[in-house]
Order: sequence, then C-alpha cells, then structure tokens
Amino acid sequence: MAQKPEDKPDVGTTGHEWDGIEELNNPLPRWWVWVFYITIIWGVWYTVAYPAWPMISGATEGYMGWSTRANVAADIEEAEAANAEINTRLASVELTEITSDAELQGYARSAGEAVFNTWCVQCHGREGGGFVGYPTLSDDDWLWGGTMEDIHLTISHGIRNEEDPDARYSEMPAFGRDELLAEEEIVQVVNYVMSLSGEAQDPAQVEAGATVYADNCAACHGEAAEGDVFQGAPNLNDAIWLYGGDYASLMETVNNARFGVMPNWNSRLTEAEIRAVTAYVHQLGGGE
Amino acid sequence: MPADSDNAPQSLYAAQEPVFPKRVSGWFRNLKWVIMIVTLGIYYLTPWIRWDRGPQLPDQAVLVDMAHRRFFFFWIEIWPHEFYFVAGLLVMAGLGLFLFTSAMGRVWCGYACPQTVWTDLFILVERWIEGDRNARLRLHRQKKWDVRKVRLRLTKWTVWLIIGLLTGGAWVFYFTDAPTLLVNLFTLNAHPIAYTTIAILTATTFFFGGFAREQICIYACPWPRIQAAMMDEDTLTVGYREWRGEPRKHSDAVKAGEAQGDCIDCMACVNVCPMGIDIRDGQQMECITCALCIDACDDIMAKIGKPRGLIDYLALTDEQFERQGKAPKKVMSHILRPRTIMYTALWSLVGFGLLFALFIRSDIEMTVAPVRNPTFITLSDGSIRNTYEVRLLNKHGDDRPFRLTVTGDPAVRVQLEGTPYASVNVPANKTHLQRVYLIAPAGSDPAQAERSDVRLWVEDISNGDRAYKDTIFNGKGN
Repeated sequence: MAQKPEDKPDVGTTGHEWDGIEELNNPLPRWWVWVFYITIIWGVWYTVAYPAWPMISGATEGYMGWSTRANVAADIEEAEAANAEINTRLASVELTEITSDAELQGYARSAGEAVFNTWCVQCHGREGGGFVGYPTLSDDDWLWGGTMEDIHLTISHGIRNEEDPDARYSEMPAFGRDELLAEEEIVQVVNYVMSLSGEAQDPAQVEAGATVYADNCAACHGEAAEGDVFQGAPNLNDAIWLYGGDYASLMETVNNARFGVMPNWNSRLTEAEIRAVTAYVHQLGGGE
Repeated sequence: MPADSDNAPQSLYAAQEPVFPKRVSGWFRNLKWVIMIVTLGIYYLTPWIRWDRGPQLPDQAVLVDMAHRRFFFFWIEIWPHEFYFVAGLLVMAGLGLFLFTSAMGRVWCGYACPQTVWTDLFILVERWIEGDRNARLRLHRQKKWDVRKVRLRLTKWTVWLIIGLLTGGAWVFYFTDAPTLLVNLFTLNAHPIAYTTIAILTATTFFFGGFAREQICIYACPWPRIQAAMMDEDTLTVGYREWRGEPRKHSDAVKAGEAQGDCIDCMACVNVCPMGIDIRDGQQMECITCALCIDACDDIMAKIGKPRGLIDYLALTDEQFERQGKAPKKVMSHILRPRTIMYTALWSLVGFGLLFALFIRSDIEMTVAPVRNPTFITLSDGSIRNTYEVRLLNKHGDDRPFRLTVTGDPAVRVQLEGTPYASVNVPANKTHLQRVYLIAPAGSDPAQAERSDVRLWVEDISNGDRAYKDTIFNGKGN
C-alpha cells in the first residue's frame, strides 16, 4: 500500500535517496510563505517598537518606551500601594495587637523576615541564631527585655550609639584596666560567677569572690546575679553567655568590659518595617 | 542551461486545495455523530455539574482553582504537592494513546481529536447553510459576490463565530465558579484574562475549524508523524482492497479489454474525504482514518450488488492473506496481541497505582522542615532547643484542632510558638504554618548527642486521625 512517486507524476523527487526511500519534491503550502513574510514584518516592527539595536552608548529605546527597570519600579510601586493599607494599620495599632490579629501577625512575620534578612542577619545570624558578641534573639534570655514593647524600643533607638539620645545605654566599668579591682579580686569574682552557673570552682576563691561581687557587681547584675533588663545587665547565673562563659573570656570581660553597639533603625526603616521586624523577632522563640 | 520544459523548476509553493466533503451516511458516520455529541457534551456541560463539598469549598464538580492552587474533580481534591496524580494521569493518557495507536492506528485523529470534532461540526453547519458538496462547489466557483452569496457566507461565518465563542466561553468556566462567571461575563465584570482567553479561543476555533481544517493535521500537528512510527503490520487502518477493486472502470487496462475489478471509479470515496485525498492511492500521511470513505463505498457496493468492504479497516498482514486467497485475520486478533496486552497491562498498573495512592491518602497531612541555621539554640537553663517549620494541612471543610506530639526519646518535649498549648486550630481547607520547638533538658542524651532520630506526630483531636513525619534532633555534639 506504499505510495510510489509514479502515482503523482506532477511531483518530481529531489534526487535524494536513502535505502531506496526517495524524497518527493512536494511544494510548500503557500500560507506557510505568508506566515514567513508576516514574521519578517513582525521582526522589523519589534526592533522599532522595543529596545533592540546596540549603539555606541546604549541601545535604541523603541517607541513603546518599554524598559525592564521601569517595569520593576512600577511593580515595586504597585506592591507598596497594595500594602499601604496594612502598613498603615501595622504602624498605628497597639503593639500587642499585632500578635493577636492573625492577618497582621501573618503579614508582619513575612515582611519582618524580609527586613531581618536584609538588615539584621549580618550580626544576629539566620533566624536570630547570634554569634559571640551579637546576642541570640531566639533564646529565652534578653538583655533589654523580650516583650513586643522592649524589642520595638531596642530596634527603634538602638544600643549605645551616638546618633540617638534615646538609645539604650549602659556601660560596665573596666575593673582591671581602670584599676578598680586588684588582679586577685578579679580572679576571685570570676571564680564566683562561674560557680553560679553550676561549674565547680575552688571554694576559697568562690567565697572571697562572693564578697567582691556583692560590693562591686550586685548593683547592676542583681543579688542573685539574675540580671536587670532595665539596665541591660546580663543574667550571670544561666547557661547563656554573650561573650563566652569560660575563664579566659570572663577574665577579659571583667578586666576590660564590653561595649556592644547597635544602630538606631528609626533613621533607616519606616515605623511599619520596624514593627514588622519586631513581630518577626518576637516569634523566633524567645518572645515574652 | 538550455531551456527544457521537462526540467523547468516547478513552483515552490502551492495554494491550499479547497475540500468540499459530501454528505455521507452509514455505520461509521453514525458512530462519529455519537462521539461528537458525547465529547462536545462533556466539554460544554462539565463545568455546570454541581457537587456539594460543604460550606467552605466550591460546589463545582470539576474546577481548576488557580487562585487557591487546587484541583477539584468530583470527590477527589488534588493539592499542589500531590501533582504526581496529574503526572500519573498524563502517563496513563500517553500509554492509552500507544495502546489505541498500535491496535487501531490513527483512531484518535479520526474520531476524538478536537480538530476533527470541531471541523466536523463546522462542515455540518456549512452544509446546512450552503448545501451539499455540489452546491458548495458552485458557490465557491461563482466569481460574483451577489446578494445570495454574501448572505450565505455571512450567515455561515456568524454561526461559526457563535460556535467559536461558545467554545472559548466554555473553557474559562473550568477555572472559576461557572454561574458567577457567566453573570460577570455579561455584566462586563469578569477578569480581563477571562475575556482575553475567550477571544483567543474563539479566534482559533473559528479559524482552525472554518478555514485551516486539514492543513492543521497535515502541516501543523506532530502527532501523525509520531503515530505512524507506532504502527505495525497488525495495526488496523483504513485501506483499499486494491487486489479486489483493480483494474477499476475507466482505467487503461479495462479499455484494453482486461476484466474490470469491483471499483467502478465513482469517486464516492474521494468526494466524502474531509482531507481531500484518494484512499485508493494507498496509505498516506494525510489520512486521519475517519472511515467516511468506508461508508461511502459500502453504499455504492450495496447498490451494484457487490459485497461490502472494498474500502475497509485493514492491516498490512490482511493484504498478504487475501492476495493468497486466504481468509484475513479476525479483527479481534489484530487488536488482542502481546503488544496491545502489554500496553493495557502497563496502563492498568499505573491506574491501579494511582487509585491505591488515592485511597490510602489521609486527609490530615503535615510537612516538617527543620531549621538548619542555627542547628540548635541553648536556652538559659542549658537545655537544647531545635526549631521546625511545620505545615499542617486541613483538607476538610471544617476547622479542626490538631495536637502535636513527639516520640523517639522520652526526654524531648514539644512546644508550639505563640501558644502555651500543645494543639493548634487549623481553619477549614487551609495550610497552617506553625513553628514547633523540640526541647531536650541540659545533660540529657539528645542534648549531648550529635543527632537523634525523633518522630513528630499530628493528631486530629476530634476524631483521632493521625499522621507522622520522621525528623532529626540536633544536639550539642553537632
């Protein structure tokens, strides 16, 4: 039943032959040619309508004025306009309402994650995991308090910066460097502090250290070394150490003190962004 | 080069040969009418079937809900992470086409392809308005556009356009609630995408069914090429019993005195062909095996008192048998052979696999993604905490309370972000993202180890449905 060329005498072959199979020289349908011409016309129009031809300093712009940069700008504007309402609401409600309103909470968490991963992650780490000297934000220990209000205040004004007069401020004396305590007393108080978090130390040193502590440290860090969030004084009897809880680190801390700084984000972020990142940090695991 | 008329280059391009298929009646034509009514009926009516799923879910039986990324099919509901069901259905569709093609050739093209079905419908309209083949030919050849020709053409195009509009219109109903969309379409409140889709599909239906027709099958569609490669010598396809029909009337052989075969050269088979070919030239790539030429020829054979089947469903092996004067193979032995049985087995295997997966699928589901950076957090009492992003899926139409528990090490306990309770309410038909903490006390095995295996359980408190996911707890040794 195979079709043989002689059945169609008006169509020759191209002369190509493979294993006895010859290629018929059938004409193309004419509409194909028209489609081909239309693509040429469309192609020419396209180079006129859209950015196309490379010139010395840039390319032709095309009469449609299309540009990816302008599109992105328009998209951003559109997204901002779409979020304007919820941003206004976010910036105006009571802070505690953000965690109880499902819609605000969901929005703040997503928006806050974006803000956090842009501005905060460099120091505080992914998911607020923290580094030595940069507080972990997802644990249950807070230097300046872990309520929505506390976190909001810290982020807005920062810590120990020069720009914002409302910045959180506290400063531990450099007991060694400024010769407020003798070398021996420092060794004693370090031994005492280490014993508070359950590490066995020389009882004589610890006993002497307790006196040094009560005289010099308890005012800020508390009688039981429980810390004080109003002064940003760390809790010294738990398992969390911002600068390390080993002997060498503690000697360094008591001798020279520490001075961590955080910028005041109210100069760089909008109120809605600050509140969003507040809500994000609050739900990382340590929110109070 | 000397001018030589025999070698003069022929034109590289050929105009489309208009085809005017003649009306035909018979068994295959009736079968095609039935298939057309059934397939068009399914296409146009499916979106209007209602299916009650409860207050929070759409009540459309078949719905592709793009906005909520869901696919509803009667009692089945497919979520995006279950897309393998769709992949499985596509595998089944592929195997089904292999099966039908190896058994019956281009049966898809001839009976069920939308291009064929809609072209058939358009030709039907054409015949109602302009008359049968001869009338249409006359109208086509009439150069002058008099009132009658203009009227007939305009009427035909209008009806085609209405069919195109209904076709494009039916498509969009699969993607949103049909009755609401219908009202919105007429009150001009529907989404621009709906109007654009309808416009594009109307234009393609109108153009492909009214004008392009067989050109689509011959030049645009890759499927005939693939199908031809899947046919073998036992595949049934439409063919002409050349050994019985030839030499045909009017042929040189008959004029020279040879005994005439059964073919009286009445051209009935050519006149009814929607592809504009002569089946007596043998198998050719244009043939969509619509079998209308079989009906046309059977009719003529009955009139001249010859047995039916000069043009018939044949396989290559039949030719050999019949030329030797033996009886051809039975139709069923063409269809039931190892190859087709293998395809059927594969097809059924995938089908049963999907059905099995569908029935064991629980309507409570959870995914667990451990937060890997940081791997763990030390709490103030020295205990070790890991964080997990847990997605809870409630596939029901009602809100359900889900309780999370952990097994694997008695020291590890669960805590949920934002709530002091161990359970969380997941709204109907929603995915709920919950941060879940696993905490191991200071000094416990999981806290000290590099990693421990744990199993997170979710339980619907209301009815006890449970599901679990295995995950890892990272300790200080990490």
